[in-house]
Amino acid sequence: MGSETRGPQGFETAIHSGPNTVAEFHQRRSVVSQLRQLLHQTPSIVPLIVLVAATIVFGIILGGRFFSAYAMTLILQQVAITGIVGAAQSLVILTAGIDLSVGAIMVLTSVVMGQFTFRYGLPPFFSVACGIGVGALIGYINGFLVARVKLPPFIVTLGMWQIVLATNFLYSANETIRAQDIETQAPLLQVFGETVRVGGAVLTYGAIMMVVIVCVLAYVLRHTAWGRHVYAVGDDPVAAELAGVQVKRILISVYVLAGIICALAGWALIGRLGSVSPTSGQFENINSITAVVIGGISLFGGRGSIIGMLFGALIVGVFSLGLGMYGTDPQWTYLLIGMLIIAAVAVDQWIRKAAA
Amino acid sequence: MEPILKARGLVKRYGKVTALDHCDFDLYPGEVLAVIGDNGAGKSSLIKALSGAVRADEGQIFLDGKEMHFSSPLDAREAGIETVYQNLALSPALSIADNMFLGREIRRSGFMGKYLRTLDRKTMGRLAREKLNDLGLLTIQNIDQPVETLSGGQRQGVAVARAAAFGSRVVIMDEPTAALGVKESRKVLELIQDVRARGLPIVLISHNMPHVFEVADRVHVHRLGKRLCVIDPKLATMSDAVALMTGAKQPEASMEAA
Repeated sequence: MGSETRGPQGFETAIHSGPNTVAEFHQRRSVVSQLRQLLHQTPSIVPLIVLVAATIVFGIILGGRFFSAYAMTLILQQVAITGIVGAAQSLVILTAGIDLSVGAIMVLTSVVMGQFTFRYGLPPFFSVACGIGVGALIGYINGFLVARVKLPPFIVTLGMWQIVLATNFLYSANETIRAQDIETQAPLLQVFGETVRVGGAVLTYGAIMMVVIVCVLAYVLRHTAWGRHVYAVGDDPVAAELAGVQVKRILISVYVLAGIICALAGWALIGRLGSVSPTSGQFENINSITAVVIGGISLFGGRGSIIGMLFGALIVGVFSLGLGMYGTDPQWTYLLIGMLIIAAVAVDQWIRKAAA
Repeated sequence: MEPILKARGLVKRYGKVTALDHCDFDLYPGEVLAVIGDNGAGKSSLIKALSGAVRADEGQIFLDGKEMHFSSPLDAREAGIETVYQNLALSPALSIADNMFLGREIRRSGFMGKYLRTLDRKTMGRLAREKLNDLGLLTIQNIDQPVETLSGGQRQGVAVARAAAFGSRVVIMDEPTAALGVKESRKVLELIQDVRARGLPIVLISHNMPHVFEVADRVHVHRLGKRLCVIDPKLATMSDAVALMTGAKQPEASMEAA
């Protein structure tokens, strides 16, 4: 053996006589495949199209009643809580997890904010901080169990959902704090229920907070290293780890941040209800997952945008308000939302084929 | 000459299975060292120990004569050891540039970078393109396209370019040609020679004997969890190498590398 084994082997000499250009495909790209490519790059387009279409259809049916600034902003107010919780849910789902405890965290933190103020007489500002701290702590426990103990997120948060909800009822003794009491003694708790009027548009601070949270997270996910790492972890955690992403730290930070955002939702919930009620917001975990799924974020992680989630939440809002104004049985809303969820996941699967 | 990367007495057990049994390893500056061995010989465990992906139960690893304790791939990377894993360790949905800079992103200067932690996509894109051009991977037009839209060979190229761009001491490549066609394999072998020409030593794990004998300066034969011998590909034949790694033959002094 010796020099003849150095360099390309005999059978490879043919390579050099072959064409050296990059393969070019004169593919007649059909409209459908181009559409799929576009959707693959910007998955939030689908919910945007559905949102605009739904708005136009209801606008035509219901006329000016629906197309008013008031109705439009009413939708924003109604989806504020779902949108904020959905932002937390989006973060977790982007890491290929799921958080079933979001609604329970929201209710418990709102109860903590109320009870700390009224039972212990703490200043409202301090109670709010404690509520946010409780949200972060529960998020940390979720994150620790998922990242370090390596339990499936579904199971961890299913358990946490029950634990937090039970804690909520035990701690609050199922007692509601009345709106009048909050209004006179701790108006800070209701701050997100206050409104800004611009012409016919009525915006609550809660709705504004939702938009701000979504915009901030959209920026963070797209333009910071942490955001890119969240996507990488959701995409392929093993690859991310080997490529130098601190997967466990990212996962824990995502759950903690989700807990904090849920606590902010709890604060906004007091504003929306006026009172602190331990029985409210029971379905927010399901609503938030609905918004995320309709918004085109993949349940398998790593794909989708948080703006899509906002569109998803707004679609639900448009359907509820539109069908409500039309005077149908509210069950029709649920029926249509159910169909949308299944359609959204079907579209997600179809888009994924563009990559394969 | 002092080895740049040296391991002594590495032991790694998984339950009752001993993957590494007091294994030694030496990589000298500027060389391509191939590691060959039968399936289950412990090649992967050796590489994982060297690249920080697993922690050995016993033994020592020295880089430039200094003892290292890697507890994660990040530690090894900070020490200048870059690894191209068999599964490539790329995130399919992220862009080429994002993947190349994963875990070592560049932030913008000034307020935006310092307080808002904004990524400097422009610089990262430019550097990524430069690195790919350096290695002759010009066929990638768009640095912002997701990695999942690339062919197997192009993905391999991105992974190799990432390692070559950031590896300052050692580049480890695990089966870099296993999933590739003839033409892409040729490209990767050329890449290996380019990287060596720039003075970086390379550890190449491969099952492909022609490739090993073509690019390696020395061949580390791994058997039953330890180094059986190191042979010189100019003195030994491919059938010798196969006989050694399967245990059909005992090492002879005539083919051992100096």
